[in-house]
Amino acid sequence: MHMADALLSPAIGTTLWAGTAAVSGYASMKLRERIDDRIIPLMGVLGAFIFAAQMINFTIPGTGSSGHLGGGMILAIILGPHAAFLVMASVLIVQALFFADGGLLALGCNIWNLGVYPCYLVYPLIYKPLAGNSRSSGRILFASVMGVVAALQLGAFSVVMETLLSGKSELPFGAFILLMQPIHLAIGVIEGLVTAAIINHVRNARPELLESTAASRPLEIAISLRRIMITFAVLAVITGGGLSWFASAHPDGLEWSIEKVYGKGELPEAEYGIASVLKGIQETTAFLPDYNLKSAGNKSKKAEGAPAWPSADAGTSAAGIIGAAIVLGLILLIGMGIRTFRGRNV
Amino acid sequence: MTFDALYYDMGRLDRLSYGDTFVHRLDPRVKVIATILFLFTVISFPKYEVVALAPFFLFPVLLITLGEIPALFIFRKVLLVSPFAILIGVFNPLLDDGIVAVIFGVPLSAGLLSFLSILLKFTLTVSAALLLIATTSFPGVCHALRRLGLPAIFVAQLLFLYRYLFVLMEEAMRIIRARDMRSFGTHGTDMKVFARLVGILLFRTVDRAERIYCAMLSRGFRGDIPSLRKYRIAAIDLAYLATTIIFLAVFRSFRVTEGIGHIAQELLR
Amino acid sequence: MSHHMVEFKNVSFRYPDGTEALKGIHFRMTHGESVGVIGANGAGKSTLLQHMNGSLMPTSGSVTIGDLLLTRKTRREIRRKVGIVFENPDDQLFMPTVFDDVAFGPLNLGMDAAHVRERVHGALSMVYSLDLRDKPPHHLSAGQKRAVAIASVMAMEPDILAMDEPAASLDPRSRRLLIMLLKTFSHSKIIASHDLDLILDVCERSIVLKDGKVVADGWSAEILTNRELLEGNNLELPLSLQAR
Repeated sequence: MHMADALLSPAIGTTLWAGTAAVSGYASMKLRERIDDRIIPLMGVLGAFIFAAQMINFTIPGTGSSGHLGGGMILAIILGPHAAFLVMASVLIVQALFFADGGLLALGCNIWNLGVYPCYLVYPLIYKPLAGNSRSSGRILFASVMGVVAALQLGAFSVVMETLLSGKSELPFGAFILLMQPIHLAIGVIEGLVTAAIINHVRNARPELLESTAASRPLEIAISLRRIMITFAVLAVITGGGLSWFASAHPDGLEWSIEKVYGKGELPEAEYGIASVLKGIQETTAFLPDYNLKSAGNKSKKAEGAPAWPSADAGTSAAGIIGAAIVLGLILLIGMGIRTFRGRNV
Repeated sequence: MTFDALYYDMGRLDRLSYGDTFVHRLDPRVKVIATILFLFTVISFPKYEVVALAPFFLFPVLLITLGEIPALFIFRKVLLVSPFAILIGVFNPLLDDGIVAVIFGVPLSAGLLSFLSILLKFTLTVSAALLLIATTSFPGVCHALRRLGLPAIFVAQLLFLYRYLFVLMEEAMRIIRARDMRSFGTHGTDMKVFARLVGILLFRTVDRAERIYCAMLSRGFRGDIPSLRKYRIAAIDLAYLATTIIFLAVFRSFRVTEGIGHIAQELLR
Repeated sequence: MSHHMVEFKNVSFRYPDGTEALKGIHFRMTHGESVGVIGANGAGKSTLLQHMNGSLMPTSGSVTIGDLLLTRKTRREIRRKVGIVFENPDDQLFMPTVFDDVAFGPLNLGMDAAHVRERVHGALSMVYSLDLRDKPPHHLSAGQKRAVAIASVMAMEPDILAMDEPAASLDPRSRRLLIMLLKTFSHSKIIASHDLDLILDVCERSIVLKDGKVVADGWSAEILTNRELLEGNNLELPLSLQAR
């Protein structure tokens, strides 16, 4: 599943975008070193292929519901991690623009979840070791299922973390996990099976297409890559979850330091003045994830009762509703006005 | 949605993107930046903010009317992708049910407000994204991304993807039709058949890539995709960007909507 | 004028899977000639055409274009002289817009922006497709794609134009326009096609291929009216010459 803009906070969005941008730059750099310029049209066309293939449905045995292909693993197996990552990113960009599947700001998260995990973590660390020299269809089956399941679990978990740390949803961690992980486990098994079927078909008919057989790179490179990949894994955990956690810790830090600095009852005016303004700014700009209104309500009662800033409460009042109705009405009028104006001129 | 429906939908949006209105003629870079700033501003609103989001609907409304994009088309697409956000958001009223306001006799819980906030933000962000592509052709967006710093190799293959997107979708459609014509209910869509069809599509794709590469070499390709600079930033583009930024800043920092409401309340007394 | 001469000397070609597609092909083309290459499916027409610009290299024998012997090193230079229009325009129009595609060749030749624009303008005008300039290829009809594909090759101002099945999937009107267009080109032309009527209209000379060998080489007017020859090589008389 894709992250949506509406559930995202600016901090998380920016963090994941930074991570994705860094990986994109890295992947582009590695690709340029390859000097094989036939890969550019191949990547583009394979991206279109994945896109089209994702639209074809197949029935999942036993359930009667339909499934679709993900594609990250297949791309990695054919193109290798760097090209596959860029292609996955491209497919997601097209989906975000044409289908609004996941937002544009959430694209950073989605490319991370659906691109980095399969191409840079699962493919080198799980699929390749398990598949070995890719000569037995059984091993490929096992490697595919394990790989896809792992990739989807990581992706689903990240979506949970990103949503939670953005703070717009009330779903508690436990319930969310219980919702996401099992579903993606099932999806992962199915997709893994299908991936294996496709890879085996390719292996039999045109083995030269697979990266592992075409480029006879021995395992030693995989081992030195391993070190890089483990670093990546650590980074993935940090950015996918940790850094955002750190960012979300700020408001409490700010609160705490304000109370520490001004204390209670020591400088009441200053407390009203600066502290309330600071608190007000922090709450209205909300560049850091929100905390629950219930606790905010308590805290604001503790802190001085600054009446000027309405953000300590729900921010919604009768005046607000009236104002919204007026504003929306105005916008509608503007829209209709432009429509008729253009209609008359055409 | 069925394959056919998805395909025609995409085709429609793609055709709209080549329109020739004032909005379409704006520089793509400016439109991309404006959209991103818009999205950022919208999601920067606190969790419980509902009312202050109202003025932001002006952005999609203006794009729709000035860009001559069918409003129902956009609305339908917004609805289509809403399930996930709704699914997650609907738990908010259930889990956060302390009443924080009573307006016109209706009690509102905090969770309801945050759910409404999510819905409004969702509508705004999704329509903004769709309207970006609806008013800027995909190559235009790619050009903007390139000038905004995306690596050349990434953009090159992105453009290839777009070029062959519809070609490949059509091929896939033909394959599916062939499959559906010969499967009388069952076994047509089972996984084995799927894998085989995808395999066929894959081989055709790879062969096509070879032919394309051959065509590229035949016209002198040496590794770098050349391009001629086509877009120039004009005063109107900067004016558009400036107006957008001012709008966003004003409506993010000041509670204009509530102000208007207060004034109205005063007048009604 | 030697720089427009094409010479195939005993060219044989074997595909990696073992298929012997060309066996001892031997012919010459002089400046300004229009040659049609005809034959049944699998006779070797496309393979022959792809040797014209080094997309395929002969397994034995030699190909000479102008003064240049075809080798891996001279391929690049030869590609400036020989423009190939492939069978499937979708494979050839790979850029986001028509303009970008037609400009691709000139830009790769290292021309500056103003000259490139001139070339693009000229090439598109030649095929009556200036109005398609900013369209993406997937919005074009088959006939339009064909025209633009030709323009994209012509923009490089090649000396020799090679075309593989130029009229395939064209409706009658587009096909007629194509024939008229080809007749106006003064370049040396070599056209592989099943459309014998087109060959009769456009090419004064014809080469018949069968199983990778040249079995006839002469005036189209003679070859394409020779029923025994044609039927002996899995072909037929052009439709316009057949009794109804």
